[in-house]
Amino acid sequence: MDIHEYQAKQLLSKFGVNVPPGEVVYQTHEAENIVSWLNEDKIVVKAQVHAGGRGKAGGIKVCSGDEQVVKTVDKMIGMKIITPQTSESGKTVRRVYLEKGYDVQKELYLCITVDRETGGNTIIYSRKGGVNIEEVSEKTPNEIHNMKIAPGSDLLTHHARTIVYNLGLKGAIAKKAQKNILSVYKAFVSLDAAMIEINPFAITKNEDVVILDCKASFDDNALYRQRTVAEMKDENEYDPLELEAARHDLNYVKLDGNIGLMVNGAGLSMATMDIIKYYGGEAANFMDVAGAATPERVAAAFKLIYKDPDVQGILINIFGGMMRCNDIATGLVNASKEVGLNKPLVVRLEGTNVDMGKEILINSGFPIKPVDTMEQAAQDVVKMVEENR
Amino acid sequence: MAVLLTKESKVICQGFTGAQGTFHSERAIDYNTKIVGGVTPEKGGTKHLNVPVFNTVAEAKKETGCNASGVFVPPPFAADAILEAVEAELDLVVCITDGIPTSDMQRVKREMKGCKTRLVGPNCPGVLTPGIGKIGIIPGHICKPGRIGVVSRSGTLSYESAVQTAELGQSTIIGIGGDPVNGTNFVDALELFLDDNDTDGIVLIGEIGGTAEIDGADFIKSWDGKTKKPVAAFVAGAAAPKGRKLGHAGAIVNSGAETADAKKEALKSAGVVVADTITTIGDAMRKAMKI
Repeated sequence: MDIHEYQAKQLLSKFGVNVPPGEVVYQTHEAENIVSWLNEDKIVVKAQVHAGGRGKAGGIKVCSGDEQVVKTVDKMIGMKIITPQTSESGKTVRRVYLEKGYDVQKELYLCITVDRETGGNTIIYSRKGGVNIEEVSEKTPNEIHNMKIAPGSDLLTHHARTIVYNLGLKGAIAKKAQKNILSVYKAFVSLDAAMIEINPFAITKNEDVVILDCKASFDDNALYRQRTVAEMKDENEYDPLELEAARHDLNYVKLDGNIGLMVNGAGLSMATMDIIKYYGGEAANFMDVAGAATPERVAAAFKLIYKDPDVQGILINIFGGMMRCNDIATGLVNASKEVGLNKPLVVRLEGTNVDMGKEILINSGFPIKPVDTMEQAAQDVVKMVEENR
Repeated sequence: MAVLLTKESKVICQGFTGAQGTFHSERAIDYNTKIVGGVTPEKGGTKHLNVPVFNTVAEAKKETGCNASGVFVPPPFAADAILEAVEAELDLVVCITDGIPTSDMQRVKREMKGCKTRLVGPNCPGVLTPGIGKIGIIPGHICKPGRIGVVSRSGTLSYESAVQTAELGQSTIIGIGGDPVNGTNFVDALELFLDDNDTDGIVLIGEIGGTAEIDGADFIKSWDGKTKKPVAAFVAGAAAPKGRKLGHAGAIVNSGAETADAKKEALKSAGVVVADTITTIGDAMRKAMKI
């Protein structure tokens, strides 16, 4: 689960990380109070959306004077932020963060994430922080350092010391940076974070260490014991279909193509997306009917995919194992009746009672085509969608 | 001989009397798995599915001589269940549970350092040796005794592989699971199959995210001519958009080395026959074995 920058800063400040004073606003008039409360010469106005690259897309403005701040907030609320990390239509700004601006002498980069290779955590850091960090990692990978912490171990003072030395910091600044790094790590572990990225991890002109931007995402599996984090979920940041899928315990991700998919198993879902691409089509979604694919769950998943206006044809690929295909087929036919199916639907079922399942689909009176193999299913659905255009 | 689950395996189920534990233990018993008992705290002394229930793994081991366990315990308690089996010094722990917090598994990883127990999973379909038995949820009827070792991150793709290699049959099927922090990885499984006299060829099914497939490819490169076994592979996720998380597969594409294409290339350069789609993995295996 992702949260907003201001929420991440609120969480980190509780662990002793040095965060600029600031406050979030939802409406323009709220900004007036915040400006006078902050009482700073320079205030940064920042659009709060779950996407990187805001700065380049006009989502971060440095302002001075109350009037300019309020005007900027007014312009920003409701605007669309379009970055390489959003869809083409962008994301609507609903919350804006106002915080103290600093004169910065150095922009560093710091990120903590889980390291799949060792099973521990890793701290990725660089002297060359700032908006071009991706370019830095591509062109000068030797500027990106990596500190691996063994699984279940703490970040110790000597680790943090190595990091600040490699960041080229000395004296009082080094001490402050070290303290901040230890605090961020402590927050990472205590909050079951999956990633905390601080960019820039800034050194100000008056020799302070401050966290200017921060992205954080959390382990969904641990949210049951991280209530403070769980309550920070902003449903506006999710596709409505994805939210509905989550309520049904379905793993669903909206994609850019036009072939709706419903598959059991994450691996098989990806492999089905791959084979559709292989035959020249593109999936409209990833969908893993996780757990037991009961007729009820299959019907719920099917209705959800059908709702997506981008979907022009549907492929269902269920490897039943222990499930009875006739039950699944009945679930599908009932759901087809409910939605009044009029888009091509190709179904590949594998499992017990396959033949009974096929018969139910063929006799349903709906445009449902049962096939025997995944290959056939992918070829057919791509072709049918092409012909329908 | 097969690997991991053999004739000598005596299996218990942790979370035995729960819905999942019961359902899949029944299937395992139907498949002739030597299930010698189960563990559910507070239910020790009773019987379930005609075998004894114990309060602790240590007690189950003492009474039954079990050496392997399948963990079906709910996510908040699963890491503890794994460590209980580790402390009882079982040879094999297979954790099926999906949704264990990553930091819990990091703790498990730390505690298991240097210990003799092998962990498979979590978030995996388990281990199945055709004709011998199964721990987990792999459907028995799709697997046939034979000489192909299957190792897969994905459950359903291991089933596809079993179906497609039906005429060759399988020595053992190992589902290693898709979580970021897990027990057995590709290199471990390849090592087991390489040393197994009953395995002639290996199917490896990977996914985007992480670098376990690259490690596997490096390991295969290091084999000398004498011990080499033919390997066929598929890597799912070529069509996945960059930077988005697809399900709980733990499949996040972070860097170049973690994409499907990079993994396929690494495996090809190690002499592995790589299938373009999952539907041709059987053909790829036959091609690798020159049959």
